[in-house]
Amino acid sequence: MTTTSPASPQAAPRYDETIIKYFTIAAMAWAIAGFVVGLLLALQLAWPVFNLEPWLNFGRLRPLHTSAVIFAFGGNILFATSYHVVQRTCHTRLYSVKAAWFHFWGYQAFILMAGLGYLFGVTQGKEYAEPEWYADLWLTVVWVVYFVNYLMTLTMRKEKHIYVANWFFLSFIVTVAILHLVNNISLPISLVSVKSYSFWGGVQSALIQWWYGHNAVGFFLTAGFLGMMYYYVPKQADRPVYSYRLSIIHFWSLIFIYIWAGPHHLLYTSLPDWAQTLGMTFSIMLWMPSWGGMINGMMTLSGAWHKLRDDPVLQFMIIALSFYGMSTFEGPLMSIKTVNSLSHYTEWTIGHVHAGALGWVAYISFGAIYYLVPHLWKKPGMYSRSLISLHLWISTVGIVVYIASMWVAGIMEGLMWRAYDDMGFLTYSFVETVQAKHIYYIIRAVGGGLFLIGALIMVYNMWRTIKLPSPTAGAAAQPALAAAE
Amino acid sequence: MLESHKKLERNSILLLIFAVVAVSIGGIVEIVPLFRMETTIEPVKGVRPLTPLELAGQDIYLREGCNTCHSQQIRPLRDEVQRYGHYSLAAESMYDHPFQWGSKRTGPDLARVGGKYSNTWHIEHLTDPRQVVPESIMPRYGFLARTEVRTWDMADRMKALAAVGVPYSRDHIANAVIDLQIQTMPDEDPTELQKRYGPKVSPQLYGGSAGTPTEMDALVAYLQQLGTQVDFTTYNPDYELKKKAETVR
Repeated sequence: MTTTSPASPQAAPRYDETIIKYFTIAAMAWAIAGFVVGLLLALQLAWPVFNLEPWLNFGRLRPLHTSAVIFAFGGNILFATSYHVVQRTCHTRLYSVKAAWFHFWGYQAFILMAGLGYLFGVTQGKEYAEPEWYADLWLTVVWVVYFVNYLMTLTMRKEKHIYVANWFFLSFIVTVAILHLVNNISLPISLVSVKSYSFWGGVQSALIQWWYGHNAVGFFLTAGFLGMMYYYVPKQADRPVYSYRLSIIHFWSLIFIYIWAGPHHLLYTSLPDWAQTLGMTFSIMLWMPSWGGMINGMMTLSGAWHKLRDDPVLQFMIIALSFYGMSTFEGPLMSIKTVNSLSHYTEWTIGHVHAGALGWVAYISFGAIYYLVPHLWKKPGMYSRSLISLHLWISTVGIVVYIASMWVAGIMEGLMWRAYDDMGFLTYSFVETVQAKHIYYIIRAVGGGLFLIGALIMVYNMWRTIKLPSPTAGAAAQPALAAAE
Repeated sequence: MLESHKKLERNSILLLIFAVVAVSIGGIVEIVPLFRMETTIEPVKGVRPLTPLELAGQDIYLREGCNTCHSQQIRPLRDEVQRYGHYSLAAESMYDHPFQWGSKRTGPDLARVGGKYSNTWHIEHLTDPRQVVPESIMPRYGFLARTEVRTWDMADRMKALAAVGVPYSRDHIANAVIDLQIQTMPDEDPTELQKRYGPKVSPQLYGGSAGTPTEMDALVAYLQQLGTQVDFTTYNPDYELKKKAETVR
């Protein structure tokens, strides 16, 4: 491996760290907001009285939840870690701190624009691509600034080799740009109206949307977070990455194959059969690179497994990789047409998504944040180790309760929808399947609530850590906190 | 292989180019042919663009996020066809920008809900779902009946849709507001409206007052046409294709 080892102190440049602090705090703030809205949605499904028409009805709140957790929480933590990792592994400061600040405030503005829009019913009606044309254009500007800043920092590096984490971050940034641009081509009805119509219609619109949607998962929620994994797991374990060769195979096969898998969201629909079959085939193939990455991350602990026993931050990361492995096995399984005929349209999909989102994305982020906070604020460690453990266990129980309830609810309703009686009639009316899910909706809300409580404990722990007195002696030897200006 | 990969690891621009190529191939292979192949959308008789009132309804459907809980895509599986009706055809959603197939059935599929319930049922159900279906978990949408449909940008909306491929003619666009109003006025002469949108479109009183439709009226008008455009008593899945092949020959 090239650059996992920390730079020698005498050569250490002063890194731009204030911007990383801001992104980290923003990520946690949006995380709490996103989890709270998620809990509200769960309660609305259990008890419809929680809907407050028109602004807080389920249909308007749902994109607020998905955008807040994916783009606001996920996005901000990706920016924090990518700016941190690129500086450290390239042994250089950012190409432009001013650009990074524009990126920060521009992105928060985008989130506000999009989120407020949803409450007022401003939406393109495409999952994970709900923001209307004006917000999309603004995001494009912000994203280009991010891309240029990141790439230029790479080219400025003082290390010969580009470390593997940066391959993943780079492919995440550029692919998300391509996806965003193609999927969101639309025509505003006038320049003073928030309303636009998608350039794409019908079947084509469906495939382009799920090419986008699936690869938002593949590149935003996977490649980006794998970049995080490839830096923070070796750091926390204090071991080099398990296999350099596997990293190469993992990277290229993952980004090549992921792109093809979109049509598995459209099995048995009006999409032509050949496209469905391609989507299913590549989805099954995707299992291998995914597990290659999981193995590479987990085996990084070889020779250091004892650290897992008492380091809750490492536990977060390894549980994240376990959930990554679990949900990247479940995904290909659900892409098989026969399985999909049962699972599609049901709560099983919701369970699957949350296994990935809570178990993998949030956990690897929590691990990275627990690593980053003492590091950025120059503290000896987190305020309380036992609170990290408490967070870990409360939220792990929450995830398991969540996904188990959705598995049961999903498979149950799928089977009820297709149940026949002796006379050849459908056994259940639709609303009977809704009624049968009531108890699982309540259990799910409990699971989500536990996850939220865990995150609140984390926020408290972060706050207390930041308030800890800084160790003054010897601080000068550390790479000093760089001024933002 | 490892030696040659080192070149990529030392050159960020080269790495970027290789990554872009790797992620482009799959998308190009899957998406481009969809626009080129005749078989992507089989032509079907009866499919028409939405009337202005229905279009206003579709925009409300989108605005309220109905698609987050209701699909509009019936798969060719025994139970779905029995529960919801004939499986969905690509042509039936060809004028939807974007598509409304959905991905989740928290509520039932709506691809063929048109004509299954009366206008009154829909209005009562949307106003207070649990009055009609006690076990329902759908939110209330009573506020729609208290809001008039926005008409001033109706023509702009149809113009934009025409620009992206929906066959609205100048005639359609020029009469946008009149057509919208006429569809809620059962006493008026529907000839012009039907000339533009087909004989199945019949003006009726949805719930609001004649000529000044509410958002509720528009949404119900949209729901009532879903899945009704194609006449499945005469539809033959092979016929249209064969006929097309013959004319080509």
